Amino acid sequence: MKKHLLEAADLDRSDATLVLDTAAQIEAALTGREVKKLPTLRGRTVVNLFYEDSTRTRISFELAAKRLSADVINFSAKGSSVSKGESLKDTALTLEAMGSDAIVIRHGASGAPHQLASWVRGSVVNAGDGTHEHPTQALLDAYTIRARLGRLEGVRVAVVGDVLHSRVARSNVRLLHTLGAEVTLVAPPTLFPVGVGSWPAEVSYDLDAVLPKADVVMMLRVQAERMTASFFPSAREYSRRYGLDARRMAVLGDDAIVMHPGPMNRGMEIAADVADSVRSTIVEQVANGVSVRMAVLYLLLGGAPS
Amino acid sequence: MAGSPPAAPSSREPRTPAAPGALLSASDVARVVDRMAHQLIEKAGNRLADLVLVGIPTRGAPLARRLAARVEAFSGTAIDVGTVDITLYRDDLRLRGVRALEDTVLPGAGIDGRLVVLVDDVLFSGRSVRAALDALRDLGRPRAVQLAVLVDRGHRELPIRADYVGKNVPTARSQSVRVRLAEVDGVDEVRVTGPAEEEQP
Amino acid sequence: MNHLIKGARVLGGDPVDLLVKDGRIAAVGAKLSATGAEVLDAGGLVALPGLVDLHTHLREPGREDAETVETGSRAAALGGFTAVHAMANTDPVADTAGVVEQVWRLGQEAGLVDVVPVGAVTVGLAGERLAELGAMAESAATVRVFSDDGHCVADPALMRRALEYVKAFDGVVAQHAEEPRLTVGAQMHEGDRSAKLGLTGWPAAAEEAIIARDVLLAQHVGARLHICHVSTAGSVEILRWAKARGVDVTAEVTPHHLLLTDACAEGYDPVFKVNPPLRTDADVQALRAGLADGTIDAVATDHAPHAVEDKECEWAQARPGMLGLEQALAIVQDTMVETGLLDWAGVADRMSVRPATIGRLTGHGRPLIPGEPANLVLLDPAARAVVDPAALASRSRNSPYAGRELPGRVVATFLRGVPTVLDGKAQR
Repeated sequence: MKKHLLEAADLDRSDATLVLDTAAQIEAALTGREVKKLPTLRGRTVVNLFYEDSTRTRISFELAAKRLSADVINFSAKGSSVSKGESLKDTALTLEAMGSDAIVIRHGASGAPHQLASWVRGSVVNAGDGTHEHPTQALLDAYTIRARLGRLEGVRVAVVGDVLHSRVARSNVRLLHTLGAEVTLVAPPTLFPVGVGSWPAEVSYDLDAVLPKADVVMMLRVQAERMTASFFPSAREYSRRYGLDARRMAVLGDDAIVMHPGPMNRGMEIAADVADSVRSTIVEQVANGVSVRMAVLYLLLGGAPS
Repeated sequence: MAGSPPAAPSSREPRTPAAPGALLSASDVARVVDRMAHQLIEKAGNRLADLVLVGIPTRGAPLARRLAARVEAFSGTAIDVGTVDITLYRDDLRLRGVRALEDTVLPGAGIDGRLVVLVDDVLFSGRSVRAALDALRDLGRPRAVQLAVLVDRGHRELPIRADYVGKNVPTARSQSVRVRLAEVDGVDEVRVTGPAEEEQP
Repeated sequence: MNHLIKGARVLGGDPVDLLVKDGRIAAVGAKLSATGAEVLDAGGLVALPGLVDLHTHLREPGREDAETVETGSRAAALGGFTAVHAMANTDPVADTAGVVEQVWRLGQEAGLVDVVPVGAVTVGLAGERLAELGAMAESAATVRVFSDDGHCVADPALMRRALEYVKAFDGVVAQHAEEPRLTVGAQMHEGDRSAKLGLTGWPAAAEEAIIARDVLLAQHVGARLHICHVSTAGSVEILRWAKARGVDVTAEVTPHHLLLTDACAEGYDPVFKVNPPLRTDADVQALRAGLADGTIDAVATDHAPHAVEDKECEWAQARPGMLGLEQALAIVQDTMVETGLLDWAGVADRMSVRPATIGRLTGHGRPLIPGEPANLVLLDPAARAVVDPAALASRSRNSPYAGRELPGRVVATFLRGVPTVLDGKAQR
């Protein structure tokens, strides 16, 4: 394992598998226990440095750190304009001076975790940066797929939605490819980045053509404001062409699952009856997120610096 | 092979380290396990069904299963077996580095109110046992906890002693004791490696 | 003080002596002697006419913490320049005769290079109505180059009017070619790397579309047009086509676009954030070829000092721009001379003669012959050095070349016969 987890490419296949296996062991070890706490990171300090509002991701990391007995500090810099407030570097150095061993950072600017990692001695975990990556989301998604389908090698995953602005898509493409899955990205052409052809994934504009072959359908959140920038004409047209509704779900294979990183726009990219169906792993994904983040924190912080 | 007394306090540990080389052969290992099984039966008395053998991975786990099988063979009583991975309870992670986790599996009846015997291959500093005790505390509340080890090599760093010892082996701290078991390593064998330099008293 | 420069290779030719007297070159020849002249042994050094930069940000007035006319002038002199065009995006904007005269006067006081103010095309660089271009042209600063640099004059009707209007005083509009609607929030070159890094892309087409539009406009109204910091292969193609059609268009390329690519963005170090952005290797090769064949007329630094807090921050928040004055000649030697694309005469043409012509500077870019103003630079092409940003004369430290070994060393610079740099050290 590298010292930081900044992007999915930081994990080679054995590292990624180690994270998933460790998460599975942690989950098994804690299942049914009254005391859901391990002493592993006692005396270590984890800072959640959140420049964007993301209650679910912050809580997931907070719970993961606390279950490993780390001290957790939540530093919410949300709303503080970077130009007016303390700079990211000053904040980072301050937190380090206070003895943080790891910083979990969520930031609206792509690359902020990379810069942070160049300024601090401790480990940095990217909890989502701009439109770049969100590697622990990809890990929990991979964990969920493996738990449901029993494998990742050769699993066909359709990632559907706003690929252009999605850090979840970027991390999943890289990580799932590393783990041997076959990813097909599906979106209107406006929501792919120029250069997507260089990614280890297939590209399709036709959801109906992709669904029958998919083992996993991962729906991405599509923000309504994309409409005003003419990425697509209307929410209704988007939903009709790229939304997952009961009719489309019916063409999926028997064991196929439906994923969503949340928060969902019910009625936009995913219909309510799909989100609540037995195929949906949305609640499992949340639960798995804690185990996976415990595994990441353990593997980054538990050991000696190599 | 002469039987060793259970639990030799460190003050009475022999001072002369073992010479490098094979310490126990496959048949020695089998004989030692049999003897430890007899000791377990004798000491448990009429509460044998209460007994749970909990192995500390990696090699404590198959050792616990072997012990349980021999106890059952000698006594006719089926013995519950479990494993407890102690990795997340270690206090020396920073020194040893992270490692892949192993299974923690407890018998369906749990460990509350029962006699848990922790099983490990080598007793050295005592830190593994301490971590296992911490892990057990989070898993339940046994009536009592005892310790069985195949080899006690001395050099304790904590006030911990074994209740059942297959073989006491005086060693130099710089030496290492390698236990190999068929389930993990394909062969049963215990070896001492490294020079047998005298420790400063 | 008169100077006798012994054994310099003028434009890389055979060694000759040059006698500098009363601000002019008095004599050029073998074994010159002059009593009372300071003798400068220039054995092994190449002599070029003093370099002229069409594109410098001196930040004064407004951001004196990043650069001043004086510190920027010193950096320029150390880079071998004798004249720099100071861009108009200061605070206040150089859109009146008053501001351009202030900048011009500060340059005169510093006395290290001729600071030639560029006037804004539109009031406040807002792209809405023309600034008083004639007043700036008639001022003491005699402005001939007008630019909203940093902003594109995007309104085609306004651009047409500007092109037409400056004809009255032989001015030129230097266009920052960037279609603004195609570059909203843009952070780096749009391509494989921007897709991977999750940074909003700056498409090459946003530059090329404006250049194509403006060369057609310039031809239509019969005006002179200059294109700032050309960065793409497509732009070179369009310029080549326009010149073949007889359009009176000139163009510049920056040293960084001749050397660096978008791969530099991989670590998210904002020192590599610049506008227009670093492009691909294919673009770099096309720019070098365009500069070599004259499609691109000039090298211009786009020297853009930024305070630490504007660069030591998130990429998206960082100000675009990088230092260039002190390394420009080294980059050109590295990318053009040592690759065989240009000889030293070519370097003199692209870094002195043509930029002086574009800027209508009569005293610069002149041949090194008797009677001409003694604006010249002596460089040691055999030297190599590692760039240390802390050792730069600029007040800022945002050099993209930190830690990079580059060829060449400016040994001396003369401004009208006065050494502004001797032995690699600024003289004031």
